[in-house]
Amino acid sequence: MSHDKRTLEFYVLAAFFALFVLFLYGPLSAILILSFQGENGGLTFPLNGVSLHWFANLFERQAVGDFGGSFKRSFILGLMVMIVTVGVSLLAGLAFRQKFRGATALFYLAVASLVVPSIIISLGIGVVFQQIGLRPAWYTSAFGAHLTWTLPFGVLIMFAVFNRFSPAYEEAARDLGATSWQTFAHVVLPMIAPSLIGVGLFGFTLSYDEFARTLMTSGTFNTLPLEIYGMTTNVTTPVLYALGTVTTVFSFLVILLTLGAIVYVGRRRARA
Amino acid sequence: MSKAAEIDIVSVSKIYGATTAVEDISLKIPAGTYCCLLGPSGCGKTSTLRMIAGHESLSSGDVRLGNTVVTDLPPARRGTAMMFQSYALFPHLDLIDNVAFSLKMKGVGKEERRAKALVMLKLMQMEAYAGRRPSQLSGGQQQRVALARALITDPEALLLDEPLSALDPFLKIRMRAELKKLQTSLGITFVHVTHSQEEAMALADLIVVMNDGRIEQAAHPRVVFERPATAFVARFMGDHNVVSGRVSGSRDGMVVFDVPGGASLAASGQGRAIGEPIDIAIRTDHVRIGDPPATGLGFTGIASNVEYRGSTVKLSVNGAGIEDFTVIVDDTSFFAKPVAVGDAVPIAWDPEDAIVLGRLDS
Repeated sequence: MSHDKRTLEFYVLAAFFALFVLFLYGPLSAILILSFQGENGGLTFPLNGVSLHWFANLFERQAVGDFGGSFKRSFILGLMVMIVTVGVSLLAGLAFRQKFRGATALFYLAVASLVVPSIIISLGIGVVFQQIGLRPAWYTSAFGAHLTWTLPFGVLIMFAVFNRFSPAYEEAARDLGATSWQTFAHVVLPMIAPSLIGVGLFGFTLSYDEFARTLMTSGTFNTLPLEIYGMTTNVTTPVLYALGTVTTVFSFLVILLTLGAIVYVGRRRARA
Repeated sequence: MSKAAEIDIVSVSKIYGATTAVEDISLKIPAGTYCCLLGPSGCGKTSTLRMIAGHESLSSGDVRLGNTVVTDLPPARRGTAMMFQSYALFPHLDLIDNVAFSLKMKGVGKEERRAKALVMLKLMQMEAYAGRRPSQLSGGQQQRVALARALITDPEALLLDEPLSALDPFLKIRMRAELKKLQTSLGITFVHVTHSQEEAMALADLIVVMNDGRIEQAAHPRVVFERPATAFVARFMGDHNVVSGRVSGSRDGMVVFDVPGGASLAASGQGRAIGEPIDIAIRTDHVRIGDPPATGLGFTGIASNVEYRGSTVKLSVNGAGIEDFTVIVDDTSFFAKPVAVGDAVPIAWDPEDAIVLGRLDS
């Protein structure tokens, strides 16, 4: 068996990819390893023994910072954002299939929020809430701020989905006597369900790790990213790393569960 | 099974913004007919079919099915069923659920509708695949399932939008035979859109040739082929030479006309004003090499191409203002007196083979 000689480009690109992986997973693995630091260990290498002490410590009351509360807030906020993003993106995607006056303008207006710097939106929302005398909170102002980020993404994805969705399926359903609602429920929705799960996952993760848009809008109580950031300046023990490990594992779990759900639905359909 | 219905299209037009897709057409399709709407892409044949199906609104006119005016009825209440070009089988449902879809929409119970769907799949010899999904089937199998799904609604007319265009040439010919057999056994009206004249000739009892949103001719395939109504029909059906000119007089019950830059030809027909434009069609296989039986029934040109085709030889002739005149001669008579490229060839035909074509008034 003979191979073509690999070109210089191959090595340049391979090196670039190796760097990418190193930057992505190198620091992550450092955090991961340091979270197993011994009881008397510090914030840096070398490891002073190996223990689960800092994970246990995570669930005790902290001098500064509130992991449990901030995690709960971020989780609920993520779910709220996910539900609204899926619902609104789906409706917007359906609406944009019809040509209506000002469709293009409306589309650009919606998508423009992707190019406005996050921190500016955050600042703006915070200022306006102060101005009209409302107290910013994670479930009001931060919720809105997150939606300015997830909705345009969701709408863009649904655009791509419906661009490839042939109207012949709906016509066939109508031809077979389905009402508009039946067509939607029995044909359109099942066919785009995988994309909707994707949009939901996307909405959840974008919200779950959003920092800049939450910064000026979260009010009294912090979301998890804000809490972690606050703690990096105050906490001096490896409990911070333990938190990093736990939240990362949580993110991976969410993704795995979603993929599992998609595979499960596919299998069940194949069997049915 | 079901009762066939006559389809009556009465001065129907379809206008999209500034473009007219279908211009004031009227057509009667008798009950139980296999009708082919034939024409090039953009001629309005698909729009016409979709207006019969109810997937396209009419700009003006009416569609009647049997004794009912269906112009404003939704597709499912017209008594028609449509088979889509790409079949549009639902990818997330297995074959049984695809076929049972219309029954499910009507609220028929699960056991009953699945049993009925299975009967329909059996009719199409697809019961062995009942639990599969459309993506696991070949094109021909998908077509059978699409037919089963359409026919389970017990339609009076089946509308087929380019049903064979997604198949490879071999399968096309097989499925074509199946369609014809199905139509004969069901006895319902079929309206089939196609751009292939071969397909239309093989299947139809009634060919409707369309061009530019209008009907050029609607007749039995033999009539369409032997007596094409217009130059467009003669060209589209193929195997015809179309020669155009201007009327210069008449003689012995024949119209005499001049081809620009050359010959003076004659064709049966009367009552043409001098100077009027005229088109005639001459079947390529009804032309022979030799001297004309009377003046104006032939010309002499230069052979520009000779193609051997086995049982026949195809000759292209230029001359007397006529470009690319095709002559099909059987091999024996050609090789008895062969012609080479560049030779002068006398071409002739009989008076009854020169057909005067009509024009649609614009």
